[in-house]
Order: sequence, then structure tokens, then C-alpha cells
Amino acid sequence: MELFKQTNYDFLGKKWLFIGASVLLLIAGFASIIAKGGLLYGIDFRGGALMTVEFASAPPMDKIRSAMSQKIKGEVSVQNFTGANSKNDVQIGTELQDERQLAVNRAAMDEVLRSTFSPAAAGKVDLNNIGRDQIVQQLREPLARNNVALNDQQLQELVAALKSYVNSNYSGLITDFNQLSGVPGMTPAILNTIRDTFYLAPYTVKSVEVVGPKVGAELQRKAVLSTLYALGGMLIYIAFRFEWIYGVGAVLAVFHDTLITVGLFSIFSKEISMTVIAALLTLVGYSMNDTIVIFDRVRENLKLSRREPLEELMNRSINQTLSRTIMTSGLTFLTAIALLIWGGPVLHGFSFALVCGIIVGTYSSVFVASPIVLFWHNYTDKRSKVAGAVQPAPVTRPEGARKSPTRAVK
Amino acid sequence: MSKNLTARAVIIVAVILICVFGVIDFPTSLDGLKNNVQQNIRLGLDLKGGSYLVLEVQVQDAAKSDALQVIERIREDLRKQNITYASLEANDPQTVEQADNIQIDIKGVPSTEAAAVRSLVSDSYTDWMLTAVSSSDFALRMKPSSMAQLKRDTVERSIQTISNRINQLGVAEPSVQQYGSSSDRFEILVQLPGVDDPQHVKDMIGTAAVLEITSVKDGPYSSRDAALAQHGGILPVNTVLNKLLPRGGSEGEQWYLVSRLPVITGREMRNATAGQGELRRWETSFTLSPDGGKRFASFTEANIGNKLAVVLDKQIVSVATIESRIEDSGRITGLGSQQEAVDLSNFLRSGSLPAGVRYNQERSIGPSLGADSIHAGIMAGIAGLLAVISVMLVYYKRSGVNAVIALILNTVMLMAALAYFHAVLTLPGIAGVILTIGMAVDSNVLIFERIREELRSGKAVIAAVDAGFGKAWWTIVDTHVTTVVSCAFLFLFGEGPVRGFAVTLVIGLLANVFTAVFVSRAIFDWELGGRRQLQTLSI
Repeated sequence: MELFKQTNYDFLGKKWLFIGASVLLLIAGFASIIAKGGLLYGIDFRGGALMTVEFASAPPMDKIRSAMSQKIKGEVSVQNFTGANSKNDVQIGTELQDERQLAVNRAAMDEVLRSTFSPAAAGKVDLNNIGRDQIVQQLREPLARNNVALNDQQLQELVAALKSYVNSNYSGLITDFNQLSGVPGMTPAILNTIRDTFYLAPYTVKSVEVVGPKVGAELQRKAVLSTLYALGGMLIYIAFRFEWIYGVGAVLAVFHDTLITVGLFSIFSKEISMTVIAALLTLVGYSMNDTIVIFDRVRENLKLSRREPLEELMNRSINQTLSRTIMTSGLTFLTAIALLIWGGPVLHGFSFALVCGIIVGTYSSVFVASPIVLFWHNYTDKRSKVAGAVQPAPVTRPEGARKSPTRAVK
Repeated sequence: MSKNLTARAVIIVAVILICVFGVIDFPTSLDGLKNNVQQNIRLGLDLKGGSYLVLEVQVQDAAKSDALQVIERIREDLRKQNITYASLEANDPQTVEQADNIQIDIKGVPSTEAAAVRSLVSDSYTDWMLTAVSSSDFALRMKPSSMAQLKRDTVERSIQTISNRINQLGVAEPSVQQYGSSSDRFEILVQLPGVDDPQHVKDMIGTAAVLEITSVKDGPYSSRDAALAQHGGILPVNTVLNKLLPRGGSEGEQWYLVSRLPVITGREMRNATAGQGELRRWETSFTLSPDGGKRFASFTEANIGNKLAVVLDKQIVSVATIESRIEDSGRITGLGSQQEAVDLSNFLRSGSLPAGVRYNQERSIGPSLGADSIHAGIMAGIAGLLAVISVMLVYYKRSGVNAVIALILNTVMLMAALAYFHAVLTLPGIAGVILTIGMAVDSNVLIFERIREELRSGKAVIAAVDAGFGKAWWTIVDTHVTTVVSCAFLFLFGEGPVRGFAVTLVIGLLANVFTAVFVSRAIFDWELGGRRQLQTLSI
């Protein structure tokens, strides 16, 4: 089966249309970033404290909000994630403060939840929000009192089984002690002891993130710096293997992809987190790969036919590699789409970046990287012709380089 | 040719066996297989759940307590040599960055004694440098090399202390290590797989800033003003007013005037436990370092009947009367309740951190969330892979099988490399895996499209395969080397997640060169082996 036998599209003839589209997207992205007052950073860059709590039933938002704002210093946000598919999740977040205050606020979140949603059960402990070692500690004595013979090893194993049972069957949150009857090794006597020792709060803390002011800034700086260095490294390698302008073209194209994707994140109001940075790095890889494949073909064709005008030769190269471009991008796109649909909330930002990145990255190899090389060659060709007649031309600024080929194309 | 092929086949089979063994060991049952895979492919906390804490050691605390001890010694030495002075004080750096600014000021030394002070410091205080501020005032600053050593020691001791405490939790595979490598960061990374109750962990580690046992000069007073009034509004030299941490009872505020120079600091506290003594009354026993024990012995001997205060972070947590000479182990008796004894032992123990810690970062992923995201990730991964495989098979027919074998082998090799290197697979690492798979698909597509082109131009099958691999080879080299170069930079300048991405990607790319070029070529050669005159190729 072959989809593209020997195509002969005039890609570079339509470059202005696509460059125009790129510019529009870039402007739209920047406009959105400015309109929204900057990018929406995830907690790992922004700093602050963020707690995700799952409730057994629809959470009383106003109650949580007022209880939190009483105890927590600074601004508190309480957001609900109850939707068709998602559970009754609530995210409680505070603004960035110094480490001490963050620690205090974070402890206050725990405390507020406990005091708001837990019945005043004398001496009882909340089973939904304690760790394994503490369950063991809490159970040891009552079990002995109720004459349940379990040695330490058996108790440890039972609690481990209980925890993993609750985690995998009830997402870590049970509402009735009878739900524990399916735990391997559970007996009515043990269950009764558990009932006497613990109570069940109607919520469980699913994740907590606290990021101090030093971390966010450092992380951001390092992520940006290392990416810029990596781009520089790629530029040098490509310049060494091809010509320097190819390196510039490839790196600018990749830069263009990253900017557009970040713009799209702003337009769709999605957070930029560390995971998204990983996805951006991935798309840098994809896009660079794509560009090099085309450049490689251009280089090969240049060796064979030196007289052919560069624009035609590039068009031919793009057409020759079109089949592979579509196959590769299509296949990786399939994977990214699968990830976006089934990957779950943790991977959402990541797969969104991949999906955008693969589209933009594929198109930028043809419509951004290649035209840059073409413009430069047209410009130098023209200049060398002129230079023969007039004086040796002074070094011109890049703006000049961009204007002259416009005429050459027309 | 066929001999060459045998050699290649041997290499390929050997690599496959080594890789498969790396991932699954020798399983005896299906459950065993699952267990082995889980053990060999270690998942990061972001995937399997757990707590991740980054603590910053407040090294300035260590510098400060060092300075206070030096002051104590200098005071003694100056007394012995009958050198008078007006004041002897240390400054109080507040942040990690200011730790280097620690300074001891000796003021009002008679000019005739300047030389004596100078030689005293250069002989006995080799970690410090003396500079003359004026003819009568001197400043002592710590030598940079000594300061660096102190900071290193402080971080190391903190790591030890925290490890000990975490081990009491009984968590499987806890990890406590220095975070980052640069010498101007003093962070400790604590990773606790499966722990879903980080607040409890933090309580265990303690956040104590500074623990001091210091002598009580006067008190208690009902308020700060009352204490000040007693002393005519001015506190005696080297004393401070501290408040007693309120306990359950309602005795009202209690203020004590305590010495600013501690007898014992947290650095010398080795351990503390709560227990019941005579008449089953609650008490807390503690042990000190040998050095601290010596100092404590001579102090307690001289101060029997006087009071001592345990001061934690400028708050008094306990006041006790010295009943006898205490060396390196002592007891604080007569505590009101078990809770009080446990709290006090916790305070004392947390004080054995050589410096306070602050939490720069905390990240806890509940195991249920981790389980959900692994499940979703695996489902999506399988769906994506199946889609890729079926398209490859439909589009490239028999040759597609080559690609699929190469692809699967690539993934197995990547997993095996992670297992052998004991690397941890995190979410960014998975990003690296996805890019690897993408590039692996691309290598195959590149080669196949090239072979098709060559076939179209009328070449015979074997020549076309040869040319296809030959021409695609340089493209593959260029794309792969470019990516490896960028990974090198990401690894050098990036941090944590970015590094994980780079490592996984480089391993995957190396595996890919092997599978897409070497293995796939061998399969082609094997298929074409006996049939030199073959006219068609299923591609």
C-alpha cells in the first residue's frame, strides 16, 4: 500500500500563506499571554501550596472555602473538579509565601479539613487519611484487647493488604467499614476492632504539593537555560554537518514550534508544569528530527544536481520525503492522541503539548526551516551577482536579508 | 554472507536474551513475572505514589553555634591570660546565604594586649581569622576553607540524623541524599515510596531551628514587662528573655531570663527517649556527645540547685533543676504526663539536627492517584502502540513485521537498560520513551521509503535494500546525533526531570540504531538470503 507515489506539490510556492498562518498563530498566542497577564504556570514553577482532596460525595464548596480562609494566611483558592467523568475532587491552593508560612499553611489545610469534616469521635482516628505504619500502631493494642491473635508480621501484612485493597478498589476512600470485608485475611473480629478504633472521614487527600520560592525560580531558570543550550548544541552540530544557515533554519523552526505551543497553552488556559516542559522537549526532538530528514535530502540532491534552482530542488526534496513525513508524523500523532484520550488527568497537559507539537513541528520543517535556508541562499546569490558589478557589499543586517528574496520570488 | 549472517544472528539473540533477563529475571510463575518486572523497572514517585521532600539545611545555625562555642572558649582563655575586654559577641546571620558573614567581635581590648589576642587566636583558633577593626576592637571571621568544611559536615550530619529517624518509620526503600551538586546549595532530598502521610513524616524529621540547653538566670515572670521592670528596663549582659511554651494547664505566661550562651547545643545532643522512672513518674532521658558531656559535667557540678532551660527555637520548652552532676547522659524527671515526656524527647531529638531545616518543596502523590495514572498511562501506551503496529503492518506488509520486531526489541532494550542502570522511570522519562518510539518508527519508515524509491527506479530487490539502508543511514546518523547532542546539554545544565528525560532518550536512541539498522537489516538479509533473483519485495 502506498499513499503518496510521486507527488509534485509546489510547497515553497505557497510559503507565504503558511508563514502568514504561523505569524497569526504567534500573534494570537502572544496576545493571549498578554491579555491573561502572563502564562499560567503550574505549582512547580509558581510556588505555593496545593492540595487535591477527593470527597465521597459532592463537596460543600462554600463550607470548605470559608473554613480555609479563616485559618490560612494569605489568599486561598478552592476549586471543584466535579464533572461527568471526574470524581468529587477539590483543589485547595495558597499563594506563594516564604517556606515557614507555607509549612504552616499546609499543616492548616490538614487541620481545617479534619475539624470541618470529622465527627468528634473520642479517641478515634481517621482511617482514610493515615499511613500504614500508623494504622499498625493504632491497631496493635485494641487487637490484643479483643483477643485477636496476630503477631507483628501478620499485622503488618494485613495492614498492607488493607491499604492496597482500598487504593485499588476504592481509590483510597471508603465510606463504610463493610467495604473492608473483601480484604484478604480480614475476619469479623478484626473488622470489629477496626470499627471501634477508627472513623471514616468523607474525604481523602490525594496529593499535596508545596513549592517554596527558591525552588520555582531555580527550576524555571534551569529548564529554560538547559533548553537554550541544547538548541545551541544542535545548531552547532547541524552547521557542522550542513551549512550554518541550515542550523539557523532548523533551530528557528523548533523555536517557532515551542512558541506556538506555549501560545496555545495560554489560549486554552492550560497550566505549564514540569511535565509540560518534558513534552516541549519531546516536541523539540520530533520537530528537529523532521527538519533534518528534509535537509538531508536537500543535501543529497544538491550533490547530484548543482544547477537546479534551490527552490525547485527543495520542493523536490520535500515531495520525495513527503511519504515518510506523513507516515512518521501520522503514527506519532496516533500515539499522542491515544495518550490524550486515555492517558488520564496527570498526563493531560503532556499529551496536549505533544498533539499540538507534532502538528506544528511537521509543518514548520516545510514552511519555516526550508524557507529560511532558501531566503538566505537567494539573498547571497543575488548579492554575489551584484557584488561583481559594484563594490564589495558591506555586511547587511538580517532585515535586509528577509526583504530581498520577496522580490526574487515574485 | 551466510556465515556473516549467523554471526549477526548470534549477536542479536544474545542481546535479546540479556535484555529480557534484565527485565524479567527467571520467573517461575505469572505472579513471579509480574513481581520481577515491578522490581526491575523502578517507577518514580510521580507514577507509583509516595512523598518527595526537599529540605534546606540552615547552615547558618551551625555557623552560629560554632561561633557561640568559640566565644565561650575565648572568654575562658582571655580570663586565664588576664586580658580585659569590653564585649565579646557574635552576630546573627539569618539566611543560608549569610552564613559566611558569621563574625565574632571582641571590643575594648587594651592596646598593650593586642599582640597577645593576636597570638592566642592564631595558635588556638585555627579555623578563624583575626582582623583589627581599630586599635582596641577585633573581628574574628571563619576561614573560607573551614566554613566550607563546616557546611559539608552540617549537611552530612543532617542527612545521617534524618536517615535514622526515617528508618524508624519502617518505610520500604527510603532514600535520603544530598540534592543537587553545587557547593552553595545545602539541600537534602528525601524520597519515601508509598508514604501517603507526609505530615507525619515531617513531624518525625522535625523542623527544629536551634536547640539549646542554657542556664536560667532569673524567673519566672508573668510577662515580658514584669521581667524588664525587675531589671530596671535593661537586661544584664548576655541574657535574653524567653517565654515558656504554654502547656495544657492555664498557668498564664511564664518568662525566664536565660543566658544567651548555651551550655549545650543541639549539635551535642545524641538521643532522647521518654520513659517511666521511680514511682512510675514520666521522665525523659538524653545522651550527649563526649565533648558536650565533659562541658555539661563541669557546668552541672558548679551549678547544683540552679535551673536549666531547654530552649527550642527561642521558646523554652522545659525548665528543670540541676540535682546532681551530669555527664554524657542525664534525665529530666518529674514530668506531668506521658505526652509531656514524649514531646520533650521529640524536642531534644529534633535538636540533634546540627542545624534547622526548612521545607523548600514537598510533593506527595497518593498511591491511589499513582495507581490510576500508571493504569491510564499503560492503557494509552498499549493503544498507541497497537495503532502504530497495525498501520505499519498494513502499509508495509511483510516488511512491516521487521519494523514491529525492531520496535518491540527497542522498547525491551530500553527497559533493560533502565533496569541494569537502576534508573527510575518517571513521567518525563516516559516522555523520553515516547520520543524514542517515535524516532524508532521514523528510522524504519525512512529506510522503507528509501527502498521503495530504489525499487521504483528499477533496481533489483537486493540492490534496492542495500541502497535503501545505505542512503537512509546518514539521515539516521544526523537525526540521532543531533538529538544526543541536545540530550548532553539537557543533562549537563538541566535538573531532575529534565535529566531523566535526557537519559532515557539517549539510551533509547542507542538501542534504536542497533534495532532499526542492524537487526532490521539482518532480518531483510535473512529473508532474501537464498533468493538472489528475487523480483518482488513485500514492502
